[in-house]
Amino acid sequence: MEALYAIAVGVLTTCGLYLVLRGRTFPVIMGLTLLSHGVNLFLFASGRLALAAPAVIGESARPTDPLPQALVLTAIVISFAMTAFVVVLALRAAVELRSDHVDGVDPEEDWRP
Amino acid sequence: MNHLPVLPILLPLLTGALLVTLPRLTLNAQRLISLGSTLAVLGLVLWLGASVLEQGRLVYALGGWAPPFGIVLVPDRLSILMLVLTASLALPAIIYACRGDDDSGSHFHALFQFQLMGLNGAFLTGDIFNLFVFFEVLLIASYALLLHGGGTARSRAGLHYVVINLIGSALFLLALGMLYGLTGTLNMADLAVRISEAPPADQPLLQAASLILLVVFGVKAALLPLLFWLPRAYTAAAAPVAALFAIMTKVGLYAMLRVFPLAFALDQPLATLTAWQWLWPLALATLALGSIGVLGATSLRNMTAYMVVVSAGTLMAIASLGSAEALAAGLFYLVHTTLLTGGFFLFADLIGRQRGSAGDYMVATAAMKDRRTLGILFFFAAVALAGLPPFSGFVSKAWLLQASLGEGVAGLYWPLLLGAGFLMLIALSRAGSKFFWRQSPERDHEMRADRVRFACVLTLVSAGLILSLTAAPLADYTRSVAAQLMAPGDYVRAVHEAGLEMTGGH
Repeated sequence: MEALYAIAVGVLTTCGLYLVLRGRTFPVIMGLTLLSHGVNLFLFASGRLALAAPAVIGESARPTDPLPQALVLTAIVISFAMTAFVVVLALRAAVELRSDHVDGVDPEEDWRP
Repeated sequence: MNHLPVLPILLPLLTGALLVTLPRLTLNAQRLISLGSTLAVLGLVLWLGASVLEQGRLVYALGGWAPPFGIVLVPDRLSILMLVLTASLALPAIIYACRGDDDSGSHFHALFQFQLMGLNGAFLTGDIFNLFVFFEVLLIASYALLLHGGGTARSRAGLHYVVINLIGSALFLLALGMLYGLTGTLNMADLAVRISEAPPADQPLLQAASLILLVVFGVKAALLPLLFWLPRAYTAAAAPVAALFAIMTKVGLYAMLRVFPLAFALDQPLATLTAWQWLWPLALATLALGSIGVLGATSLRNMTAYMVVVSAGTLMAIASLGSAEALAAGLFYLVHTTLLTGGFFLFADLIGRQRGSAGDYMVATAAMKDRRTLGILFFFAAVALAGLPPFSGFVSKAWLLQASLGEGVAGLYWPLLLGAGFLMLIALSRAGSKFFWRQSPERDHEMRADRVRFACVLTLVSAGLILSLTAAPLADYTRSVAAQLMAPGDYVRAVHEAGLEMTGGH
């Protein structure tokens, strides 16, 4: 399970990083989303992975650490809200700048008639 | 328990919430509430400062949960310095905004209060995840404040600012996950103990976490490869927002000064940390780039933004030396540069408003109506900022040079710092002569400078004189701050004892 989990986190982070470095706002937002998923999974794993171990003391012989779950919850709330915000911001920028390039102008676009 | 330490966070939070939820509050009522709250925060932090000065350090457990399990606020001398600085910068900024900048978009005052809450919280907290949360609070407020007023320049700068800070937040969480996974704690005092006792096998991961933290704080503090969002964002922001942002780069530096000496350097000298060793070359490069930017700027606001970069480079370079004297000199410079650059953002706006379509761009245009008053003030402000006597810029730079002399790095630091000061002087005199001497022969501009706005700028600029007159007590205070920073063991003990006291010694 650990290997699968680590590979999933790694793939999410790599894809996120690649997309964040793209030139248009939509891939960048997708990249931020993937990156935050990778980070959330990573944070969750910092309490160690365990099967059949609820995060409540007294429910089983060996409870798991509840704190990372609380941290992930905080991180999810923040990243979800920020994704919504950045989508609106990107739409506004695209309308105002008439381009969805992150710099507002596409250096490769041909403006000649 | 004395609840004073949490009030500088609660008051702006409640004020901000009130401003958002109360329906149909007139703008004047909003201004009154916001001004009152900012003034009250200043009073509160001064009051808190008095009790911190008495006891050296307070430990406040939120909700009565004993540390290291609950979240603690640990106001100490460094926190008080930053809190008082923030409040004294926020007050002129909010008064300036009340003269008309706050009605170019909605919820300005609520956002301003949330920003204050985030700043105060970041300076007070003793828990590293809580630090992340307060970073998010101040960042989210700053995203909206940066966009306040709208326009294409703000949208473009805002997009860069938001995206790079979101990536920074993701990295912050990665570092926190690593630290928690290795040590099982997030309380900074407890973290310090666990890291100093960590087995050698964990050292590479701990070092990786510390370097990720350096990147995260470097994004906020404008360390060289991570600063390219800054000039555009600070240039595009509305003047009062940009003035408040002058403290935002210092939040990054504060986080470095809080986390690294405490959590990673409990059992070894600060200067031997890997992360701290990266700081020196990068900070020098930041300083060099900033001073070139100052010379190349085309508008006064853009130039001020690059001065923020210069001050960030100067500060991180002196901090990277890691000795008490260097830190004390750096903190003195921090107070000077924050107030003066904040004042300059307001000043650029004040000048820009009198010059019609030329704005604060350095082009020749018709003469300003108030050119004499503004010109005299600009002269003194430029002298103070560039570091000429008799103002605080000179005092702080002289101390920076003196402190670096004892560390054997003067050969590199002196030319860069003095060169940056020289380039700033050239750029400022060029700006001054464009604004006040080279006038096109058209009829003078008729706009008069707004008295209240002028008073705000005057207040911040006169900080240069006041800091110079009160240099001795302030220097003593920054020395005591540096001494406290250099003794992280006391911090750990104070938090530990507070925890023992609350749990009855078990």
